[in-house]
Amino acid sequence: MPKLAYRDALKQALVDAMREDPDIFIIGEEVGRYGGAYGVTKGLIEEFGAERLVDTPISEPAIIGTAVGAAMAGMRPVAELMYVDFIGMTMDQLCNQAAKIRYMFGGQIGVPMVLRTQGGTGRSAGAQHSQSLEAYVMHTPGLRLAMPGTVYDAYHLLRQALLQPDPVVFIEHKSLYAMTEEVDLSVPPPAWGKAVVRREGRDMVIVTYSRQVHHVMQAAETLSQAGIEVTVIDLRTLNPLDFETIRAEVEKVGRAMVVSEGAMTAGVAAELAARITEECFDYLEDPVVRVAGEDIPISVSVELEKNSVPGPALIEDTVRRMVA
Amino acid sequence: MNREARVAHSRKSNSDLLAHYTQMQRVRTFEDRVGELYLRGGSAGSMLHLSIGEESAAVGVSAAMRAGDTFTTHHRGHGIFLARGADPNRMMAEIGGKETGYCRGKGGSMHIADMSLGHLGANAIVGGGIPAVVGAAMVAKRRKTGAVSIAFFGDGAMQQGILYESMNMAALWDLPAVFVCINNQWGMGTRIDQATKATRLHERAKVFGLNAETVDGLDVLDVAEAAARIVDGARTGTPGFLAVDCYRFFGHGRKDKSPYRSPEEEAEGRAKDPVLYARQMLRDSGMPLTELDAIDAEISAEMDATIDFTMQSAEPANDTMFRDVFAPDQPEPEPVRTRLDRVLARE
Ligand SMILES: Cc1ncc(C[n+]2csc(CCOP(=O)(O)OP(=O)(O)O)c2C)c(N)n1
Repeated sequence: MPKLAYRDALKQALVDAMREDPDIFIIGEEVGRYGGAYGVTKGLIEEFGAERLVDTPISEPAIIGTAVGAAMAGMRPVAELMYVDFIGMTMDQLCNQAAKIRYMFGGQIGVPMVLRTQGGTGRSAGAQHSQSLEAYVMHTPGLRLAMPGTVYDAYHLLRQALLQPDPVVFIEHKSLYAMTEEVDLSVPPPAWGKAVVRREGRDMVIVTYSRQVHHVMQAAETLSQAGIEVTVIDLRTLNPLDFETIRAEVEKVGRAMVVSEGAMTAGVAAELAARITEECFDYLEDPVVRVAGEDIPISVSVELEKNSVPGPALIEDTVRRMVA
Repeated sequence: MNREARVAHSRKSNSDLLAHYTQMQRVRTFEDRVGELYLRGGSAGSMLHLSIGEESAAVGVSAAMRAGDTFTTHHRGHGIFLARGADPNRMMAEIGGKETGYCRGKGGSMHIADMSLGHLGANAIVGGGIPAVVGAAMVAKRRKTGAVSIAFFGDGAMQQGILYESMNMAALWDLPAVFVCINNQWGMGTRIDQATKATRLHERAKVFGLNAETVDGLDVLDVAEAAARIVDGARTGTPGFLAVDCYRFFGHGRKDKSPYRSPEEEAEGRAKDPVLYARQMLRDSGMPLTELDAIDAEISAEMDATIDFTMQSAEPANDTMFRDVFAPDQPEPEPVRTRLDRVLARE
């Protein structure tokens, strides 16, 4: 099987979708001539031209707003926000416009756009370029949210996002771009909105997504050698949220933990833990535990950055103590 | 002014020129050592934006500033901070993410700050530092401190709406604020004329009622003169805007090799070298080469030392991670591990 990088799977998804649907175009900073800050759109301008790879000035609110208008006018824009950290600047266009247009206007029109961006730690990029802000998006009714953790999902979730009738925020992880996997993209993907159980075990269910899937899988491997078996659920999309898969696994195992890179307080892990507690209470032997990012900004220092977010050691240690 | 006329100029301007040259050479040498720190694996990450080619903007504008003035910079702000009197050791250590750095290894290259020198902070959000000078200028005006507050940013930020909101408010309220655009022609891989039709940047500030000029950055004395007009104007109540034309000599960040621009263009851009130009003016005015070389050697040694200082400095201690989220007398955020200890102990 061919080896493919996460970055190239994303590019392939864009290429395949753009060949099929002439209404798809990409708009953002450095997406065309430069090929994307992380190289995802490199070379695309040669095949699709500047009309479909629209390089913009550094004007984030207008980039997202333009995508909203183009989507309402019948096209399918992929707006790129170079770093999810800049989402704050675009919050009005994203949360007050894109997210609410279908609803406010009584269902007359939708906003079928994809906002592609990337987040997370791993490059000493500092406090304004390393955040995990998916909770902002997940908190806003009207937005879909996909966060691929694997090369296969990078491809298929992006293809599926480009078929959705409503705005999708698609958050990649900067530390995964160079990651390669042997993948067969021709294997049909799970339906949009479905989680995947990456590993099954009797002792603990760990619910996670994006890069933390790898930290959790690594911890699960080590734990397995010590006789502790965990179920790992990769959510793939946070909206739609596949709670049925979570429920089924938690009911089988009776213990759950949520792992997320975002800051712990009022984050994605908090929402998931609350929901598991509410809905699976009768099956739980222990409180649902959150392992998440510290409630602090991310430092540029290599050591502090690494220790600000969950890693395999913390995950493994927490499981051991819960299962003991 | 052309070079001949400049050479014939007064002794005063000659001693200014030597001071400017020295500062510009310090900036350039420092930036060169930042590149070296990266190659030696001592930098925190690779998001390092060098200001080589832009030295006259930093030094020329700084010359018009006084102690007590405040400023913010963009992500390419090392030179400005050095020109304002920064300690290069603490700067380099910050770039290395070390505890001896200006921000104790938390900020890094793109977030250096030092309140004692009026540096309200470098910013990694394009345009992010601009409105703060409106606030600082408002306070300076109310408290009658006589201080000016200056925002430094690149041409890329000219396309951010916040700049126009900020300039409008500064003009509306007659604030001692100055907006300095260091126009190095490029924002990552986007040339200024690929980002806007309105490339006469200072015209935009004029319509809001600011004193506004564009100056060629080749001659630092020209920049200093224009900056003096604009900054002095702000000090007496008319906010200003200054665009300094220059060229980004190297890639956007350390890893960018600028494949999107031609070698011819780069050669032409780098020929407009404010440091070499000042050096030549000093030579033309009779300064012996040996003296200039001696200055350069001293600067070289000063900047070499920043690398040793950084490599020998420690990483910040892990528990400092929770410090400074809030004021020192406030409880720190509870670490995830501590919380887990409590939760798991209940079992
Ligand atoms: C709000 C925001 N958008 C985009 C970026 C990514 N980015 C960082 S620097 C840069 C180019 C900035 O160009 P310019 O303002 O001219 O400054 P220069 O790098 O040329 O000094 C871009 C697009 C960012 N950091 N912040």
